[in-house]
Amino acid sequence: MAGPLYFPAPNATLGAAALMTVDPISDVSRHPVLGRSRLVVAVILIVTLTVVLIERLYFLQIVEHVRYRALSIENRFDLLPVPPVRGMIYDRYGEVLAENHAVYELEVVPEQVRDMASFMTWAAQSLSLTERDRKKFDKRLHGRASFERILLKSGLSEEQAARFAVNQYRFPGVALRGRLRRSYPLGHVTAHVVGYVGRIGAKDLDAKERSRYRGVAHIGKLGIESYYEGNLLGRIGYEQVETNAHGRVVRTLAREPAISGHHLHLTLDSRLQKVVRNELAGHRGAAVVLEPHTGEILAFVSVPDYDPNLFAKGIDQVSYTALLQDSNKPLLNRALYGRYAPGSTLKPILALAGLEHTIDPRRRVKCPGFFALKEGGRVYRCWRKQGHGAVNLKEALEQSCDTYFYQLGLTLGISGISEALTTFGFGKQTGIDLASEPDGLIPTALWKQRRYGTPWYPGDTLNASIGQGYILSTPLQLAAATAALANRGRLVRPHLLRGVEDPQTGEIQRPAEQVTEVQLGDASQYERVIEGMIAVMHGSQGTARRAGQRLSYRIAAKTGTSQLVSLPQAGEAAKDTPERLKDHALFIAFAPAERPRIALALVIENGGSGGKIAAPIARRIFDYYFVERLRRAALKESRYVRG
Amino acid sequence: MFADRVFRFDSVLFFSTGIILLGGVFILFSASGGSTEIIFHQGIRIAIAIIVMLGVAQIDPDVIRRWSPAIYLVTILILMLVLAVGYVGKGAQRWLDLGLVRFQPAELMKLATPMMIAWLFANAPIPISFGRLMMALTIVVIPAGLVMVQPDLGTAVMLVISAICAVVLAGIRWRHLIILTAAVAAALPFLWSQLRDYQKDRILAMLDPWSDPLGMGYHTIQAQIAIGSAGVGGKGWFSGSQAHLDFVPERSTDFIFAVFAEEFGFVGIIVLMGAYLLVTGRCIRIAYRAQDHYCRILAGALALTFFFYVFVNVGMVSGILPVVGVPLPLISYGGTSMITLMAAFGIIMGMHRRRRLMT
Repeated sequence: MAGPLYFPAPNATLGAAALMTVDPISDVSRHPVLGRSRLVVAVILIVTLTVVLIERLYFLQIVEHVRYRALSIENRFDLLPVPPVRGMIYDRYGEVLAENHAVYELEVVPEQVRDMASFMTWAAQSLSLTERDRKKFDKRLHGRASFERILLKSGLSEEQAARFAVNQYRFPGVALRGRLRRSYPLGHVTAHVVGYVGRIGAKDLDAKERSRYRGVAHIGKLGIESYYEGNLLGRIGYEQVETNAHGRVVRTLAREPAISGHHLHLTLDSRLQKVVRNELAGHRGAAVVLEPHTGEILAFVSVPDYDPNLFAKGIDQVSYTALLQDSNKPLLNRALYGRYAPGSTLKPILALAGLEHTIDPRRRVKCPGFFALKEGGRVYRCWRKQGHGAVNLKEALEQSCDTYFYQLGLTLGISGISEALTTFGFGKQTGIDLASEPDGLIPTALWKQRRYGTPWYPGDTLNASIGQGYILSTPLQLAAATAALANRGRLVRPHLLRGVEDPQTGEIQRPAEQVTEVQLGDASQYERVIEGMIAVMHGSQGTARRAGQRLSYRIAAKTGTSQLVSLPQAGEAAKDTPERLKDHALFIAFAPAERPRIALALVIENGGSGGKIAAPIARRIFDYYFVERLRRAALKESRYVRG
Repeated sequence: MFADRVFRFDSVLFFSTGIILLGGVFILFSASGGSTEIIFHQGIRIAIAIIVMLGVAQIDPDVIRRWSPAIYLVTILILMLVLAVGYVGKGAQRWLDLGLVRFQPAELMKLATPMMIAWLFANAPIPISFGRLMMALTIVVIPAGLVMVQPDLGTAVMLVISAICAVVLAGIRWRHLIILTAAVAAALPFLWSQLRDYQKDRILAMLDPWSDPLGMGYHTIQAQIAIGSAGVGGKGWFSGSQAHLDFVPERSTDFIFAVFAEEFGFVGIIVLMGAYLLVTGRCIRIAYRAQDHYCRILAGALALTFFFYVFVNVGMVSGILPVVGVPLPLISYGGTSMITLMAAFGIIMGMHRRRRLMT
């Protein structure tokens, strides 16, 4: 529009007249009346609309108040589980076997990060953030709300965590988070007995148990960790929190603290465990060492082993596959699950059964190096081709004469043999506190008929009487039976748990001991058998005499060889047999023979003969045990004197 | 004129707006989580607004009438300027940066449009001709179109409402109003197609907020929960859990009514609505006694528009109207709407004083 910005009122001037046409019948004087009537209409409208608003607010605040109040409370409150701290596991001297280690994780809230690129550059330099970490992070980032905390890097070292902490002010939106991770300080050494925890899988829990594990990421998968899961877990706590619209916790309103899991004190002697494990290192095999009078297991070793910390951290697929496919089967707990023919290690028990059967221990049996059931029939060899000559019971044990025990076995019959072995705990679970223990196998005529549909032959009895054939036992069963021999007939349940400590009260509960009397033999009969076992180590012809030299205490022992099937030259470890077809070497022993403090069973797969390889190992284990015992006792004494 | 030497003032209007402003500061303090910085800014804005109101009140209504077309045309030009070089704030080109102050020219339009229409009808013969009505239509469509392109649906709607109020008060024939309404109704499908997606969503969410409770309906539902959970007495100042835990969106600006309702309850709402009605009623009364038709139309239209602000805002927060981004007058934080409103009250105040001097 041209002209001045000043406009005259439209009614008076020519300009206005040009702008609009004037209605001839118009009446400007009616303006106030019309205008005021319209204002009255306006007031009516205002009142109406106000009533509509008030009605709506009345509906929300008065009529529906209860519903909306419930909705607002629902909005605000959330119940968060607080995971308990898992109980620790100690050995008998308080050495830590499983603990909870603080690990640091770096978490990022994307919306709060001002400059992601510069942070990533810094993290790559200072926290050794790899390209892989970044890619994984990008993957996690995808499809998550930008206010959520997203894991960037886990397993930061203390140093890295500290380095980030001092620089944290430069990177808003990045936070360090501490978490407890299970760790096993002895690693490989206790892998097979302590076991490990792993991430809770879909099959680990049923619906009922799931509520007890809210907020808990790990569960005991194997070994003690699994068997005593109920004690170790503790009870989860809850936090009632107020959250804002983004699900962020604003404050905590109420708190029911989590109750830490109970600490376990095991019977293990971690130093002895280490010694045993190192002695066996390089072999495939197992050893169980225990206190015969209490059944407390001092060492429980299976080799090869693995690092349980890998599992606690979350093992990667490559390492796991490698472990699974390793032909040495490092994941197999041989001490518990390994089933071996016990070989000659059974002979002391059979000798005891023979004595019970009124066999004269002085009676000699002539051993020409073989035994034939019938004149000109099939020949059963003694391990010594040239024979042992005429041997009595003690000599038969000392030299492990098969011919003597063939004879004995025939006298006892298979029912006598299996009865004797069963009363020493073979063929059934020992009751150790580890899950899914196998039974082993003690054959009977009935069993063979059922299993193979063939009758029991006398030849089967001969095999059984030297611990071969169908008989299978675990190293743990062997150890338990050895302890029963050492106890002169008291079969004690072998166990790993010494006490459960309540971390709140510090109170330690000890499990009840379980003892069953072996219904076989009397005291003098035991002494006769043990005499034979002592001769194994100390006699001039003993099968383990080399290992028994220069001993200041007396060991009662028995060697054994577990034949692998279908080797014609039974008992003779042919030099040219391939490694995996060699016999398993077995050894059982206890010491001191008169008042035993320690007993063990040892299996070395494809180790050849028990006397050569297994006996020296057992000797070193015993030596260590007694020296260490003396050292500890001396230490205690000196403390006592000083104190 | 000797009247110019007298200070023009209306105590009822001054104190009733003052009560609302004061209540607004209180609820804003809570809504902002106790931010003194925000209260400081709002305080400055209120001070400016009061000065503007008292200043505008001193202008002779005749002067305002004569300048109406000029003000209108200049504002149209500024609006176009905004579209050209507008400062982009919140995805919408609403602001013009004048160095120190960011100016929202659409606000000025809310005054200029009813002024222009009042000017157009001030001496119009009765009954009002259809031609003049079409001119009035043009006067509102141009700025409303410009504002909608920005896009600012809320202001566009309020411009149209203020124009309709002015036209009705000017004495438009009901027949014409019905024809116009029918025309708008016929144009609705076209207008619908012109709406941005988010604007469509807001209207759909209003129709059924629970159909998408975490999406578009979320704001409405959370605001309703805030209001409904308060009950008669409210949760108390600073104790509105919905507001303080971020459930209420835009709680300092467009949705501040939800905070008010949550903390002060039904009783607080009645008091607040009473204050708004007092302001509106006082303005209507001044309009009723106005010296001439221009003043009557303008004062009445501004008063009605003010009331519609309250109605649209409370209606959208309580879920009976779509969310169109209209602030709660005199209370919502930010923007230049408060200054515009107080300027409007200044205009009305000036009319009141003038009439009393004449009698």
